[in-house]
Amino acid sequence: MEYLSLFVKSIFVDNMIFAYFLGMCSYLAVSKNVKTANGLGLAVIFVLVCTLPLNYLLNKYILTPGENCIFGEGVDLSFLSFIIFIAVIAAFVQLVEMIVEKFLPSLYSSLGIFLPLIAVNCAILGGSLFMQQKDFINVGESAVYALGSGIGWYLAIVALAAIREKMSYSNVPAGLKGTGITFITVGLMGIAFMAFMGISL
Amino acid sequence: MANLKETILNPITKGNPITVLVLGICSSLAVTVELKGAFVMALSVIAVTGLSSLVVSLLRKTIPNRVRIIVQLVVVAMMVILVDQFLKAFAYGIDKQLSVYIGLIITNCIVMGRIEAFALGNEPIPSLLDGLANGVGYGAILIIVAFFRELFGSGTLFGFPVLSAIGYTNNGLMILPPMALILLGCVIWVQRSIQKDLQEK
Repeated sequence: MEYLSLFVKSIFVDNMIFAYFLGMCSYLAVSKNVKTANGLGLAVIFVLVCTLPLNYLLNKYILTPGENCIFGEGVDLSFLSFIIFIAVIAAFVQLVEMIVEKFLPSLYSSLGIFLPLIAVNCAILGGSLFMQQKDFINVGESAVYALGSGIGWYLAIVALAAIREKMSYSNVPAGLKGTGITFITVGLMGIAFMAFMGISL
Repeated sequence: MANLKETILNPITKGNPITVLVLGICSSLAVTVELKGAFVMALSVIAVTGLSSLVVSLLRKTIPNRVRIIVQLVVVAMMVILVDQFLKAFAYGIDKQLSVYIGLIITNCIVMGRIEAFALGNEPIPSLLDGLANGVGYGAILIIVAFFRELFGSGTLFGFPVLSAIGYTNNGLMILPPMALILLGCVIWVQRSIQKDLQEK
């Protein structure tokens, strides 16, 4: 039950895009049509689910001093967390890219171009940094949180891409065309998503 | 000499990283509730973009092309750790308030974007200036958005009562995340109405 609550909360209430603006750059750049948005969204879910539990373990057993830490109470390595997290993410992304390129060329041609983008997607690093603040009890919780956040991001990008496809037929003021109107659309979607605020299961 | 001037001025106006290149949106929106936070964030980003462009530019001939993303991320992460430790020591309250967004400077696309586009192919001094100027362009937008959000959302500027002193009722919507997006959309609209050559077809 707790897992379900965490899952729903991380999709709708703590949505990466609408509540925290994480991963905005690629969100705005790659949402021009639904097909590519779909690919990037899936890649984000995948990388989040793989790296967040890994970072959770690193954070719990190596970086945070305490009884769980393999270095014992005395050594506080928490100042290294940024560099460790980003190294894990970048290394993982590069590894996945190489594997996919070698063994699944068809998947690589549809997904592969987004993989390098993901290393610098704030949603991935943001997920790990929020994990650090949230004090999850075990790996399972961090994995559920990762899956929920990923799906929330996926929903947001596919929805925006669908709206932008439709919007190409509308008559937008010249200065607002492109980037400007996209920002305002995302803002309005954010207001709609605020309806989920305060939901708890 | 004219070239250097262009390097400095371009990122602030015609090539502004936020409004024209649409980079680094993630952090820019989340920290603009108050001017104070926005100001500190702007300074941090200026420091990180300048210094990491400088370091990468110094190293540019020794970095192998295939692993350059990881090398760049490590350099950037190092700078962000320095900034974070500095803030923790001298401005702890603001560091807590900015929470994960200081860490997210690592994945701020402006930093990586300038390294990829400029620092990898230029001498250290122009790279440093380019990084600093892009940080300033980013900071300028941050402060404009934060000015309106704090003024109309809390009736204060830098914490001093301005509108609230003359009996203004705070507009709660300005503090909420979606309003940052809509305001940024409006900033882009104003800029593109003035500089017509930036308008998208």
